[in-house]
Amino acid sequence: MTTLIKLYGAPVSTCTARVMTCLHEKAVDFALVPVDLFSCEHKQPPFLAKNPFGQIPVLEDGDLTLFESRAMTAYVAEKFKEAGTDLIRHHDLKEAALVKVWIEVESQQFHPAIAPIVYEYFVAPIQGKSPDQGVIDANLEKLSKVLDVYEAKLSSAKYLAGDFYSLADLHHLPYTYYFMKTPCASIISERAHVKAWWEDISSRPAFKKVSEGMNFGEK
Amino acid sequence: MATPVKVYGPPLSTAVCRVVACLLEKDVEFQLISLNMAKGDHKKPDFLKIQPFGQVPAFQDEKISLLESRAICRYVCENYPEKGNKGLFGTNPLAKASIDQWLEAEGQSFNPPSSALVFQLALAPRMNIKQDEGVIKQNEEKLAKVLDVYEKRLGESRFLAGDEFSLADLSHLPNAHYLVNATDRGEILTSRDNVGRWWGEISNRDSWKKVVDMQKQQHSP
Repeated sequence: MTTLIKLYGAPVSTCTARVMTCLHEKAVDFALVPVDLFSCEHKQPPFLAKNPFGQIPVLEDGDLTLFESRAMTAYVAEKFKEAGTDLIRHHDLKEAALVKVWIEVESQQFHPAIAPIVYEYFVAPIQGKSPDQGVIDANLEKLSKVLDVYEAKLSSAKYLAGDFYSLADLHHLPYTYYFMKTPCASIISERAHVKAWWEDISSRPAFKKVSEGMNFGEK
Repeated sequence: MATPVKVYGPPLSTAVCRVVACLLEKDVEFQLISLNMAKGDHKKPDFLKIQPFGQVPAFQDEKISLLESRAICRYVCENYPEKGNKGLFGTNPLAKASIDQWLEAEGQSFNPPSSALVFQLALAPRMNIKQDEGVIKQNEEKLAKVLDVYEKRLGESRFLAGDEFSLADLSHLPNAHYLVNATDRGEILTSRDNVGRWWGEISNRDSWKKVVDMQKQQHSP
């Protein structure tokens, strides 16, 4: 009998949402174990033993404990490669390689530009700070350049790695979801192919299950 | 005999030498096609076809063109499993996942502050760009917190993912090398006992020494 996967995190958390979406796409049962961020549970020794960086999420599968959401999705997508949606294209060497490329593009190009913007609008206010327009503007400029490349790419294929939905597209979901609630959403919606891609990937049932819980900052 | 794979970019680029180090560890024959970035080679249409972000490295083998150094490294490990260091990315899914989480930690936590410091302290002066003391201080603090975690981990484990050198350790080499050898802030690594010990081990690998030689050759007239 296989053990139940445990995911330690919070439904509002972008990185927890990334892993939950992957688990739903693969139709893998899991238990979400809430971590109390406001009492800093993630900075205490029992949690630090699971993730020395003191961040959520953490995934436990039997004896294996993992941190870093993108390592978790890669592990789940590979372990359950014959189940649910084929997220890593393991039957085709070229497609699999292109998925890896666009996973890294999200990680190294998209994420560093979008994350500070989401932070300024959602996290800074709860720390009593106003959004820093300088940070927002600088990162919007970076993100726009990245989205120009995406716009060109998505005009010749439906998804980032080709004409198939993959883990590379999935990884963009959580931060973009929150970004679309900010005043900066137009840089997505004014690019026709990026907009169509966003509407497609964010309406997938696996993500809709997860986005219901992504109500950070809402009263 | 297989055609050598191609790597595009100058050997002084941190991301290029991440890939070169991996190819050397895996004993995969390659051809390094240097680009003159000062002349804007990386922004020319022909190059943008294979690397639409206009950055280095780009990679080509018989089957495919790729970008992003960590994607290239993972591809090399998975597609040449029987060559060179077979365990570089693990020989089973659990080992691979354990290495992958530390490779992600490198990409998400170590790389941003260390890259910023390498730029400010080693590259900006050479490019006649004014250093930003605020950025330097901020990133020193960020990197110090990350290295505190590494210090604890490397007291429990010889390398980041376990007892064997892996792609996770390798991925740190380029930025760490610049910090230690081209800035006056190297002690952020070397003054921590376990991190210092680890740095000494990983930078002494034959594969990394070859990369350093290639970098020195680019400097000579």
